[in-house]
Amino acid sequence: MLKPTCYPILIVGLVIGIIATIVVSTGMGYIHIPVGDVAGVILAKITGSSVDSSINQLYPVVITDVRLPRILTAAIVGSGLAIAGVIFQAILLNPLADPYTLGVSSGAAFGAALALVMNISMLGNFSVGLFAFAGAVMTLFAVLYLSSVDGRYSSNTLILSGVIVAAILSAGIGFIKHLADEQVSVIIFWLMGSFASKTWSDVGITLLFSVFTFALAMFYSRDLNIMSLGVRTSDSLGVDTVRTRKIMLTVASLITAICVSVSGVIGFIGLIIPHLMRFITGPDNRKLLPASCLAGGILLLWADTISRAILPSEVPIGVLTALVGGPFFCYIFRQKQLGGK
Amino acid sequence: MTMPLFSLTDISCAYGSTEVLHDLNLTLKINTFYGLVGPNGSGKTTLLDLLMGSHKPSKGTVCFQSTELRKWDQRQLAKEIALVPQEFGFNFDFTVKEMVLMGRHPHIPRFANPTAEDLAIVDNIMAELGIGDLQNRFVTQLSGGEKQRVIVARALAQQTEVLVLDEATSNLDIHHSIHIFQVVKNRVATKGGTVIAAIHDLNFAAAFCDEIILLEQGKVAATGPPETVLTPEGLKAVFGISCQSYFNEFSNAYQVAYQYA
Repeated sequence: MLKPTCYPILIVGLVIGIIATIVVSTGMGYIHIPVGDVAGVILAKITGSSVDSSINQLYPVVITDVRLPRILTAAIVGSGLAIAGVIFQAILLNPLADPYTLGVSSGAAFGAALALVMNISMLGNFSVGLFAFAGAVMTLFAVLYLSSVDGRYSSNTLILSGVIVAAILSAGIGFIKHLADEQVSVIIFWLMGSFASKTWSDVGITLLFSVFTFALAMFYSRDLNIMSLGVRTSDSLGVDTVRTRKIMLTVASLITAICVSVSGVIGFIGLIIPHLMRFITGPDNRKLLPASCLAGGILLLWADTISRAILPSEVPIGVLTALVGGPFFCYIFRQKQLGGK
Repeated sequence: MTMPLFSLTDISCAYGSTEVLHDLNLTLKINTFYGLVGPNGSGKTTLLDLLMGSHKPSKGTVCFQSTELRKWDQRQLAKEIALVPQEFGFNFDFTVKEMVLMGRHPHIPRFANPTAEDLAIVDNIMAELGIGDLQNRFVTQLSGGEKQRVIVARALAQQTEVLVLDEATSNLDIHHSIHIFQVVKNRVATKGGTVIAAIHDLNFAAAFCDEIILLEQGKVAATGPPETVLTPEGLKAVFGISCQSYFNEFSNAYQVAYQYA
């Protein structure tokens, strides 16, 4: 574990890392753009000055209209999922909990697929997000109800309940696909996760909710530490455990739903990132949250960039993270069964 | 007569449809070491939860320092009452020092760091419980006895008027149990304060407590000093066992001897 004095260095390193990742990945793709030109265009846009005339005139369009919205959305969704993972793990006292293993992602996907197939647009652009949120929250309550005894959640029953509920939901999603007819390809493509053709409004909405969730989680971060001691103890230390738990589970489900409604189901980011970061920062949520938020952005952005620009043909991002994250989950689960940490 | 610390009036308490405590009346005074004894299911833990404010009575009132408990702010209450639970609740790799420092939580404002005073309190308590050398170890890697001392240290770091021990040493070896009760007893003797401990072992209760509260099926069967409560007749009535009770000079305490066959 990192010495406390090294923590600021870690955060500075991760901030540099995410900025560098954004700049480098923006240059990568079908049209290769030199890093210097990318930085020049981004800086010009931020400061409002005109783009250097020596830069190819196509580049600013490719960078600001095509690549940056996708890249920023990927980074923000990665951060959002990592924050949700930290919150779920802290509240459920379980390093195996994340939006995906608990079935919350599936619930959000079910809700969103329902909105898509029924062409629900009564609330404009928010319809899919709202249905995803409703699906996520209902799934969370169903899973917690199935697995809890006296407000305690054992790892195995929690995972098992997640599996059961996710299985039912996936059958539901299958039925929706069956009903969807010609729209089926839209749903399938979306379910596997993708950042293709994301817009600045996607960046805006994910950023808004990620910042909100992060701020709220930081506000309650010390309470989250105390809550890891169990309900009775945290109550006795002056934490309103029941209320804090409700608030945190709701916002974690909300950010999951927003991420799913924007990018489809992307698994394991919320599991792996908090887990890896905990090795470095220790379990203190005040340190774990910022580190996970930044690292989640970096990881998902690299995953998307590899899929978009390096692999010969684009692999759906949800498939890629599951292929890498699944075995990692097996490893953690086995370690836990063996009594390791 | 000083004002009572706790006063419980006509308390009934239920989990779902099962009533655990029935019309219970009890008064607790300051600077006293209370032992709560009684068979399993007699309502010991429920009574402790009631005193902590974490369980609400279905009938009656609990007053703490003359104010109804439900009117207390939870954070203020955490500066007055601390809990040592039976289970550890160590799910993550916090260090011993971080864990003990959590006891200062109610005293530290939300976005503030612990002050030098907070850290000094934590260091002193760790030294008192003999876990100073372990301060950088992970709590998940400690032995049972060490873990329990960390939990006691955390509760003492809260610096409260009242300390509640819920079967705090039931899972420990005898030498660890004795050590923990000695530390708590010494603190009460030197610094004042009230301890309310649910204790399984009647001889432990008799040796350390000033007053015994004997519970039977959700009611108080008897209260008073050990020699007046832990009598052969009283224990026969509540536990259905045959025993003798006497002052043991070696133990320097009132003790109970059981008839095993």
